[in-house]
This record gives sequence, structure tokens and C-alpha cells, in this order.
Amino acid sequence: MNGKKMNHTVKLLSVLACLALILAWGLPEATAQAKLKVGIIHIGSINDAGYNQAHSEGVQIMKKNLPNVEVIQVENVPEGADAERVMENMIKQGAQLIIPASFGYLDPALRVAKKYPDVKFVHPGGYKLAPNLGTYWASTPDAFYLMGIAAGKTTKTNKAGYVVALPISFFLANINAFHLGARSVNPKMETRVVFMGTFLDAPKEATATNALLDQGVDVLGVIVDSPITVVQAAEKRGAYSVGYHYLGVQKFAPKGWVSGIAFTWGELYTRFAKQVMDNTWKSEALLGNLASDFLTVAPFGPAVPPDAIKLVNETKQEFINGKKNAYQGPIKDNKGVERVKAGEFWPLTNIGRMDWLVEGVIGQPK
Amino acid sequence: MIGPFLISIFSGAIHSGTPLLYATLSEAVGERTGIVNLGLEGVMLIGAVVGFTTTVQTGNPFLGVLAAALAGGLFNMVFGFLVITRRANQLASGLALMFCGVGLSAMIGASLIGSRIEGLNEIQIPLLSGIPVIGRMFFNYDILVYSAIPVAVLVWWLMFRTRWGLSLRAIGENPTAAFAAGKNPHRLQYQALFIAGILGGIAGAHLSLAIAKTWAEWMTAGRGFVAVALVIFSKWHPIRAIAGSLLFGGAISLQLQMQARGVPVSSFLLDMLPYVLSLVVLAIWSGARRHAAPGSLGRVFQGTE
Repeated sequence: MNGKKMNHTVKLLSVLACLALILAWGLPEATAQAKLKVGIIHIGSINDAGYNQAHSEGVQIMKKNLPNVEVIQVENVPEGADAERVMENMIKQGAQLIIPASFGYLDPALRVAKKYPDVKFVHPGGYKLAPNLGTYWASTPDAFYLMGIAAGKTTKTNKAGYVVALPISFFLANINAFHLGARSVNPKMETRVVFMGTFLDAPKEATATNALLDQGVDVLGVIVDSPITVVQAAEKRGAYSVGYHYLGVQKFAPKGWVSGIAFTWGELYTRFAKQVMDNTWKSEALLGNLASDFLTVAPFGPAVPPDAIKLVNETKQEFINGKKNAYQGPIKDNKGVERVKAGEFWPLTNIGRMDWLVEGVIGQPK
Repeated sequence: MIGPFLISIFSGAIHSGTPLLYATLSEAVGERTGIVNLGLEGVMLIGAVVGFTTTVQTGNPFLGVLAAALAGGLFNMVFGFLVITRRANQLASGLALMFCGVGLSAMIGASLIGSRIEGLNEIQIPLLSGIPVIGRMFFNYDILVYSAIPVAVLVWWLMFRTRWGLSLRAIGENPTAAFAAGKNPHRLQYQALFIAGILGGIAGAHLSLAIAKTWAEWMTAGRGFVAVALVIFSKWHPIRAIAGSLLFGGAISLQLQMQARGVPVSSFLLDMLPYVLSLVVLAIWSGARRHAAPGSLGRVFQGTE
């Protein structure tokens, strides 16, 4: 009786011990397989309501979609050797997917990627690939064309103004598309551009905004790192504004809000993380458009007339169906030179070579 | 057509020039006692961020300016400790102070990016602000703009019309002689740096509370260094600093106005305008006149045996 009982106890104990062993060995194994660490580095602050916040919110949404993914996030990382150091540090902490979220991180990321072939990298807007580094971005001119339609229908003075960091081709292409969109609904429209020479100088942006408003501009757009200063200054003087980069710019201009173009990276980052976890990730150059879930037209403000909203939505469908091109000829530049012949169009794949501004845009492209 | 253009240029010059004026006065006060402060940029940033956070928390931009002034003064005391008490090299300490200010302000301001404030609004003066053209040119500014020229005059009066100012300048010229005359160089230099810090803090507060009405990292964008140059430009004189700051501010505003008006000149060239203009004026002004730099500028007073 006694012996039997002991036998029972021993059996029970040994079963428990086995279970404990399995737990001790097996559990961390299981979690380690499901868990993924994603490292993201930002060039500026993640609260800038602009470029950086769009990326940061992307990884937050990814984290919500995939609770077993962990995120290591570092802000204000200078491009160059510092970026490499931070990325390597993240890899040493176990990161298997790195998002170097600034254009200038491309070369540092390529160097780190070569050193750590098992770690995957996805870079926004990059023009080079590596076996373990892919790129992603969305082509924006179509969206800017839509903003032009909304602005052209909303303006009262027929003048729009853009505060832009530098006259580089991609920004010129966006302004051109905006103006062509505005002209398509408002032939009297003109667009004035002021270049800052820098991506971040808030006081100068405020002065430029006021200079444009003094010229009678009543719709302000902005292509710098953080749109807050310009949009706020426009709102204060009763002008309208068009956002860029981040979906939440509207709160800085509730009255004068027209609409905006936002990068909504959340679902794309979720897909990247899943692919890395299932080992299905492949290096590619991904370029999205209005049909993608990561390029979004922001909600319209109260000042936009209903027919404008309808037209924007219809035109958006035409772009998605491939029935429309933002740069449909004939197009002359603002010096009178014919750039696109009638019946032809400037392909979106060629906007890197656009070094001119469309007729009706007041500004110097060089 | 020319009326509105002039108004825009003029009010733009005043807006861009005001923070430069406070900053230039700050640097001038320090340099008059023989201390070059290359950390002014950092002091301005501390002023900008402390002013902004105080305004966000209290809703009162005037408290913000007060806090910015105080923070600027205290931050400059760090510099004072290094170069006066520890007798460290001024240029190296100044650069260290700048980087410290950039980092510290970014840290304090990290949670403030995207915060909204009412800020310092324009104060309309009854009757005067209503006058066409003149009203908009001269009487449509925030309090720090109105006070800028009086402050410059006050600094001039303190430095050139008081016994305290005389001692201050004596130290800047020859601290050993001043010491022999019974002055305490170290105490006076600390006082001067505190006042300089207050002015630098206000310069920063004007950027974050009145012009941009936002906080952004390193939002001074080199204005602290422009002020160091403007001190030389204005020959260490507070009244001439008014002209220098307005000229430089006017050039910044002019180039943006020219772009907005569609003047067919490259934005890269227009961006150089303020600097080219400064060089031209400097070349014309400097000419034959006596160089006005304080005699012992940049030198460390080692005390006397």
C-alpha cells in the first residue's frame, strides 16, 4: 500500500518534472519563433506631424496588428556613421527587420546590410537594392493633382502658394501636378512657390508663409519636414491649407483645412513583418500609387464644396484605372518652352528628370 | 502696388530682425567685457524651448518670455563658470555650450513638438494701428518687437552712461588696469554674462512664441552665429546693432518676398542675399575707421599677483 502510494508520487513527480522540462525548453523556443524585433530609425522627431510621424505611426499600427512583434525606435539619428552604429546596435539587440526611415540612410543601410546578410532591411524611396535590402515608396503626383482640384475649387483669390524645401525634381513634379489639377477646374489659378533652402527652419517658414499670404494667396501647401508652422500660420490668417506626409495635420488647421496626402505605412509594415516571420520576404523595389493602402487622401475640410469632393473621388478612380495621367500634354513650362506635346504625356517613371515648372506656376525651378 | 510690397518687406524685416537684435545685444554685452560667446545659439535654444514649454503649461506667453529670459541667464552662468572661474578657453567652451544647448533643448522639447499655443499676438495700438500703410508698417507687432529698440537703447545707456557700464568696458579693454583701479573683473563679467543670457533667452522666445509659434529642434538654424557676426558688423555698439539686425532681417524677408512675387532669380542666389549684403556693407563701413573691438576680447583674465 505504502509502496504503491510512493510509486504514484514518484510517477506524478516525474511527469511534473518532464512537464517542467518541456515548459522550460519548449516555451521560450515557441515564443522566440513567433516574436520579431523590428528596428526603425528616424531622422527627426516622431511628433513632427510630418514625414517622421507618418513612419512612426506605421510601426505603431504594425505593433497593434501583430502583438508579438517588438519595436525598437530611435529618433534624431544623423545620416552617416551614426546611423550605421544605431542599426548595428539594434541588430545586436536581436532586430531582424530594420527600417532606416530616411532617404539619406540608404548608403549606411547598404553597408550594414552587407555585414549582416540574415537581417532584412526596407528603405523608403531608395534607388538601390541588395539581396537583403528592399525599397518602398508611393508615387505622389496623382495625389497632388487631386489636391489641386480640391484647392482650385475652394480658393476665393485663385492663388495658391507652396512653401518647399528645395527645388529638386520630385518636389517640382508634385507642384506641377498640383497646379495642373487646379488649372483643370479653375483656369484662372496661379501657384506661387517659395523655396526655403532647408528642410527645417520654422521661423523662416513662417516668414515665407506670410510673404505668400501678402501676395493674396489663400491656399497654402507645404513640402518640408514638418508642416505645422506653415499650416498654423495659414489658419491664423484665415487661409486654407493642404497637408502632406501625415494624416493628422488637420488638427492644426480645423477651419481652413482642404485635404492632404498622407503616407499610411501601417498595413505595409505589417506585411513586411509577416513576410520576415514566414521567411517569404523578398528584396524588391515597391512603388505604390493611389490604389495602394499606403497612399491616402486625407478627409476633406469644411470649406471644400461638395462638387469638388465628388470630382476628386471620380478623378482618383480614373487614375487608379489608368484612364488618366497627371501630365497630359500639351504642357508648356513657365518660360514658354513646350515640354509635353499634345497627345503625349510625361510618364510617372520619369519624374526624376523634371527640372521645370508648369506654365502658371510662379517660381524658379533652378 | 508698391505700398503693400513696402509694408510686407518692412514688417518682414522687423519680424526677422527682432530676434537677431536681442541676440546681437546679448553678444555685444558679453564681448564688451572681453568674453566671446559662441554658445549664443545654445542659449537661444534654451530660451526658445523653456519659453515654449512654460507657455504650453500656463497658457500665458508673458510668463513664457519671463521664464525664457531667466533660463537664458542661468544657462549662460554655466558658460561663465567655465570661462571666468575655471578660466577655460572661450571659443572651445562656447562651442561646447552650443552643443549642450542643442541637445538639452531637444530633450526638453521632445514632447512639445506638435503642441499648440496662442503665443505672443500682435498688439493693436488704438488710433495709430488704424492709419493706412503707416499703421501696418509700425503698429502691428507683438510686445517683444515694440520693446526691442527701447531695450537696445537701455543697453546702450547701461554701457555708456553708467559707472557700472564704464567698469564693464574697462574690463573688456584691460582687466588688469581695471583690477588695479579697484574693480572686481570676475564679478562684473558674471553680471554681464547674466544680462547677456537674459537677452539671448528672449531672442529664442521671440522665435518660438511670436514668429513660428511652434517648437522645432534647432529652430534657431544658425541665427546665434549670425548675431556673433552682427556684433562685429555693428562695431560692438547697441544702437548700430539695431541697423545691422534690421538690415539682415530685411534681406531675409526681401529674398522670400522676391520669390513670392516671382522675381526671376534663382532661389539659391536669393538665399545668399543676406550674406552678400552684409559683406558689401561691411566692406563699405569698415574702411578707414578705427577698429572698435574691445582690447582684451577673448583673453582670459588670470588675476594679478
